[in-house]
Amino acid sequence: MIYEIFRQERKGQPFQHAGTVTAPNERFAEIYAREQYARRQESVALWLVPRDAVNEIDEFPDEFDLKYRRVDGYSIKARLREAREKAGTLVSDESA
Amino acid sequence: MSQRTDLLLSIADDELILGWRNSEWTGIAPFLEEDVAFSSIAQNEIGHARALYELAAAELGTTADELAFDRKPEEYRSAPLVELRRLEWARTIARHWLYETADEIRLAALKASDDPEIAAIAAKMDREEAYHRMHAEMWIDRLLSTEDGRSRLNEAVDELWPYALGVLDGELRPQLRRRAEERLGRDLPDVEPVPRGVHEAELAELLEEMTMVRRSGPPGTQW
Repeated sequence: MIYEIFRQERKGQPFQHAGTVTAPNERFAEIYAREQYARRQESVALWLVPRDAVNEIDEFPDEFDLKYRRVDGYSIKARLREAREKAGTLVSDESA
Repeated sequence: MSQRTDLLLSIADDELILGWRNSEWTGIAPFLEEDVAFSSIAQNEIGHARALYELAAAELGTTADELAFDRKPEEYRSAPLVELRRLEWARTIARHWLYETADEIRLAALKASDDPEIAAIAAKMDREEAYHRMHAEMWIDRLLSTEDGRSRLNEAVDELWPYALGVLDGELRPQLRRRAEERLGRDLPDVEPVPRGVHEAELAELLEEMTMVRRSGPPGTQW
């Protein structure tokens, strides 16, 4: 059985995915996760999640190409340059 | 040598030699996760050995390294149980479980010692050994859960039982018997314990291998 392991580096911080352990049951997984992700005091807490319990979704259709909703759909570089030219603060390497 | 030093060395030697034996699985344990866990346990045992050697060394006017590596095979106080070379998983787990159970009984007695240093180091070791016991117990459960596992475990325990009794002093042995019989749900044979002080031939080979690098430099080399 595969367990997804999330680790928290310091109290109050979000848990982040660290990797997996393969183990026959939860007890084995606990021991193995402890050894692999917390032995060097690199974590203050771990979450063990059976992979089956993870609900993965991976389809996000964008049929009408609404690129203005995406981070790459709006170029800030050109706008910034325009604004700097207007303000007279453009430095030479930005004009390249 | 005082009785105290003798006691410290017996436990230190047990932990060092078992740590070495367990580390022989590094890279070839049955699966990756177990490889990491068992290697980590081996490292812990060697860490315990170092702490104990340091206490003994202070009394003997020597160093932990000299005690660990520079004695002759016959000077080691380890129990023959930890010296056996057993590259077979059921036996390795049986030895690990028998040793951890005996060690728990021994540490409980030492935690009650009048000697504050001994009581403190026993308590400190026991906090780490708790995880070793968890690891051993989960494997015992797993082996006991199938016919095949149960018969392999029982066979290994029968073979190792005289050695396991030899880890403990006479007065602590009944505790080990009671706990092991309860756990396995059967009686264990009445046998003559294999005591400390006699050594398995494998010990000399182990020491030869373990001290190879140390002996490669002139005496007094700092590593």
